[in-house]
Amino acid sequence: MLAADAALLGFARALRAAGVDASAERVHAFLNAVDALGPGMRTDVYWAGRLTLCGDRDDLERYERVFAACFGGARRARRAVTATPAPRLRLVAPEAGTGGRSEGPDDAPAPPVAAFASSAEVLRHRDVSDLRPAEREQVRRLLAAFALRGETRRSARRRPDRHGAVDPHRTVRELLRHGGEPALLRRHARTERPRRVVMLIDVSGSMAPYADALLRFAHAAARGSRTEVFTIGTRLTRVTREMAHRDPDLAMTAVAAAVPDWRGGTRLGELLRAFLDRWGQRGMARGAIVVVLSDGWERGDPELLGTQMRRLHRLAHRVIWANPRKARPGYAPLAAGMAAALPSVDAFVEGHSLAALERLAAVVRGAGDA
Amino acid sequence: MDGPEQVRARLEDTGYLVDDGLAIACFLALRLGRPLFCEGDAGVGKTALASALAEALDAPLIRLQCHEGIDASQALYDWDFPRQLLRLRAAEAVGVTDADRLEGELYDRRFLLARPLLRALETQPSVLLIDEIDRADDEFEAFLLELLSEFSVTIPELGTLRAETPPVVVLTSNRTREVHDALKRRCLYHWFDHPGFARELAIVRRRLPGVSARLAEQVTALVQELRGHDLLKPPGVAETIDWAEALDALGADEVDAELATATLGSVLKYREDAQRGRELDFAAVLAVRGA
Repeated sequence: MLAADAALLGFARALRAAGVDASAERVHAFLNAVDALGPGMRTDVYWAGRLTLCGDRDDLERYERVFAACFGGARRARRAVTATPAPRLRLVAPEAGTGGRSEGPDDAPAPPVAAFASSAEVLRHRDVSDLRPAEREQVRRLLAAFALRGETRRSARRRPDRHGAVDPHRTVRELLRHGGEPALLRRHARTERPRRVVMLIDVSGSMAPYADALLRFAHAAARGSRTEVFTIGTRLTRVTREMAHRDPDLAMTAVAAAVPDWRGGTRLGELLRAFLDRWGQRGMARGAIVVVLSDGWERGDPELLGTQMRRLHRLAHRVIWANPRKARPGYAPLAAGMAAALPSVDAFVEGHSLAALERLAAVVRGAGDA
Repeated sequence: MDGPEQVRARLEDTGYLVDDGLAIACFLALRLGRPLFCEGDAGVGKTALASALAEALDAPLIRLQCHEGIDASQALYDWDFPRQLLRLRAAEAVGVTDADRLEGELYDRRFLLARPLLRALETQPSVLLIDEIDRADDEFEAFLLELLSEFSVTIPELGTLRAETPPVVVLTSNRTREVHDALKRRCLYHWFDHPGFARELAIVRRRLPGVSARLAEQVTALVQELRGHDLLKPPGVAETIDWAEALDALGADEVDAELATATLGSVLKYREDAQRGRELDFAAVLAVRGA
């Protein structure tokens, strides 16, 4: 039995290496489950593991792969488990956004910045794609201070208030406290809650100079509980969980590990459809503020993007498109994707500098029209 | 129950057909006393599983429908204030002066309104269905976490109520929001896929014994075909059953392309989907599969 347990533990370890969050508690449940099913067949082990070790639909695919690798042809696990995690592109994000042609020859160590406040003011309006490393560092610190709250809406919860409907609960309790003597009427009113904010961040090649800054902006914004973050490129990746790290650098590293398609092409239409099919239509986009951060360069069919944007527009409360290229002099939304998307966009803003991101935050909050 | 096979047989007796994975999931949920966390598209039988389990175990089904803003007084328990008040007035009328005793009486179990969660703890055995947990907010999840790990409730005025045999718990989610890991970790996770042709046909036949075999077969074939067509909302088993029932109500023993198009509204609920459905060549599908 011990050898079998060791094999199962090895399997769990291989799963962890492949990215499934198989914690000790889950593994314990897995062993219990196998035990409850008795020394059974391969399918029993398969299902016991799938039921206890996976916690998400995304885990299932990885689970299949690792299970096939571990228990593949053999009837039962005997041989030493060799983990074969999927080959995955790993990039460290903090560097990901900084490299590239956009940096000029003045790349050398910048002079120490003396007057922080005034330089911050200048920095606010600089395009983040042509910053020097030292300035970039400062921008990162400023970005970390951002907060993004959605516009508010009335929620189903009520709280005590001086005006509003009579709260029978508290009124009767008050009555009870006074031995049944008629007392003051207590009232309650509906509370207001911020709407959910969903951010879709383009990490394709054409957005590379901005990706780091935008992801950091998203990290600062995602500190509120009701923000969801996705990256789009050649695939759609949900990075809300990776964004949960408190430390921006740790979060960026986690995001870099999770996103397989840095600097690839863009299939906006297709990925938007994937987002709406899997998350948006089920409720994530309903009544939410959806922010698309992209330059609108679409490799696929612009018609598809147009259709999906109309669908998104029907579901969401507001659709905001932030395009860092919009700030370039003489910009016109000529990229086919951008032109197809614009009719379904409520607010079209810039996103190239700190000041522009501040403005974006204001638009999301519902203050200021664009 | 001794093994997954027996669970499967018992569930099938109630008219709910399960595959290997779900049979094992239910068996483990019963054996290990862990909640079963069900995810999948709408209409694939997540909620129906709970009622089938209740019937198979011959236990009452207690259902908690989650919604935004749900809180402990709606889910767990609440004091029946009006009744307490009446009791107080009555005591006053007969001149009770012992204040301590009166207070003790006021916070008695009979003035406690049991909401679904407390009712599930008190009813043994029982099946507790926590439906659409993703609609509730995070605070409620944290609260469930405590309840589902201990299967006990502490009421300040009364003390701790504990379930001697924990209820069988089924949670369902439509994934509108990611449910917190801490809650999932305590559960068995099962993803519901759309069933294959043979199993779906068996389900339709079992649910609608009055419908002709040929009609059931054709409808199932059509729905399976529709699912492959990249719709906004692929139809679930529930829609297949609805469609077969609708056609049966029209007195049809079999379906042709024209009738299928006319009744498409019982399976496809989006304008875009309906348009796509109408463009499909139903006759060809029927010729291949239903012949």
